Amino acid sequence: MKAQEKKFSKYHYLYTRKIKRDKAITVILQVFILVLFLGLWELLAYLNVIDSFVTSCPSKIVKTIGVLITENNLFYHMGITLYETIMGFLIAVFLGYVIALILWWSERARKVLEPYIVVLNSLPKIALGPIIIVWFGSGSKAIIFMAILIGIIVAIITMLNGFLATDKEKILLLKSMGANKFQILSKLVVPGSFPTFISMLKISVGMAWIGSIMGEYLVSRAGLGYLIVYGGQVFKLDLVMAATVVLCMLATVMYLIVAMLEKCIIKYKN
Amino acid sequence: MNTLLEFKNVSLTYQTYTDEITAIDDLSFSIDRGEFVSFIGPSGCGKTTILSLVAGLIKPTSGKIILGGREIQKPDGNLGYMLQKDQLFPWRTIEKNVILPLEILRKNTSKNREYANDLLDKYGLKNFKKYYPDQLSGGMRQRVALIRTMVYRPDLLLLDEPFSALDYQTRLQVCDDVYKIIKAENKTAILVTHDITEAISMSDKIIVLTSRPASLMAIHKPHIIGDTPIKKRESEEFSGWFEKIWKELN
Ligand SMILES: Nc1ncnc2c1ncn2[C@@H]1O[C@H](COP(=O)(O)OP(=O)(O)O)[C@@H](O)[C@H]1O
Ligand SMILES: [Mg+2]
Repeated sequence: MKAQEKKFSKYHYLYTRKIKRDKAITVILQVFILVLFLGLWELLAYLNVIDSFVTSCPSKIVKTIGVLITENNLFYHMGITLYETIMGFLIAVFLGYVIALILWWSERARKVLEPYIVVLNSLPKIALGPIIIVWFGSGSKAIIFMAILIGIIVAIITMLNGFLATDKEKILLLKSMGANKFQILSKLVVPGSFPTFISMLKISVGMAWIGSIMGEYLVSRAGLGYLIVYGGQVFKLDLVMAATVVLCMLATVMYLIVAMLEKCIIKYKN
Repeated sequence: MNTLLEFKNVSLTYQTYTDEITAIDDLSFSIDRGEFVSFIGPSGCGKTTILSLVAGLIKPTSGKIILGGREIQKPDGNLGYMLQKDQLFPWRTIEKNVILPLEILRKNTSKNREYANDLLDKYGLKNFKKYYPDQLSGGMRQRVALIRTMVYRPDLLLLDEPFSALDYQTRLQVCDDVYKIIKAENKTAILVTHDITEAISMSDKIIVLTSRPASLMAIHKPHIIGDTPIKKRESEEFSGWFEKIWKELN
């Protein structure tokens, strides 16, 4: 608050300078690794040390992305995948949270449903692919369903553990004031598990991407996952790599949005 | 006399799957309005259990507990509970922590908020209302916790070893603060402790308990001269009382 007015000694200046320098060095090294990797890749492909038909190379990937944008409607595919991922993410997070609340509320439900949740959690969801195709066809619906299926169990388990970790003494304190169960939930359990909620969001973003891309591998006629599978089938490694790079960028952006949301909410709360 | 709380032949047995633990055995006592009463007994003898019973969080296996003329049914916001740790909610400011009971009891009126505000002002927390608990010292946090128990004007305060998590210096000071606040606000209080000096320096009445199952060992009324616990610790009779109770406990 009053940090700006304060007069600092030169040791503080040296100290902050060291921190700034460390940070700069980290960033420089990070960029260096990327440039080195891309440069080496490009050079080896150019010198024909590696076969760029199999490995592709950065310049071809960039070219392919250009072609995808102008001729193959890349943004349409991005849009489809993004839509499926975001829908899968939102529905999994919402349902996961609500179901975790119900399980917190009712010890009976928790105990009865525990073995089912354990089995569902350890089941590789992709095994349900054929069933999902039969039920939902081969469009976005099936893929969103896959994304939800993969995300929801982790969301439930993470959130429920967060709810159950509520300090017993704090619950006791509220009870001694005459609080009912709903008040314990709204005044203590929900706000107290907020950090868990944020980490649940972060985990769920990753899960939603796994779900949507896996779904697109299985079915689908559009989307980045479709482009990747298609590229593999017709042996166009440039296409596979280009779509993967775009996917990486999208996933990073989405993660950053969640991380930013976290910062905003924490700032707002203070 | 003006009795506020009465235990009549209260016993309590905890049930677990593999065992039965009798924590309280045929305990009877009564507490008057305005009294400061300490329960002292060895760790694990059943002190917290007594407070849980008074708070209505558990029911006695046998016997009766009467608070303000009525048998206790369930927690109803007629008493304030203060625990070993302050249990302030870290996401709420001091101000918001203190009015938590008002929200629970649906008494969050501007008049009651003003009272909470006055208490904070009066007891040295005026400049810390907008702070979060982790920005305050342990002693201050306990003071906030005490004020939180008083904003809804309960008849009775229950203090469960509220100083034992503090270091010695802070403990003497907070002990003094809490005593002054409780006396100034004219509250009836039950303090549970295993620290003999704490019991002697704070109480009008000391109830000594046996080891588990807790039953009555002795009741003392040490009329020690001094306005505050720290002053009382310096008085002449203090060590006499200490020895007496120490012998009873061992
Ligand atoms: N919920 C419970 N279930 C079973 N036993 C309990 C329970 N709570 C306390 N006890 C037992 O009752 C005895 C008294 O506990 P407590 O009242 O917490 O003692 P104190 O506060 O004096 O240290 C202890 O031996 C403890 O193990
Ligand atoms: Mg105890």
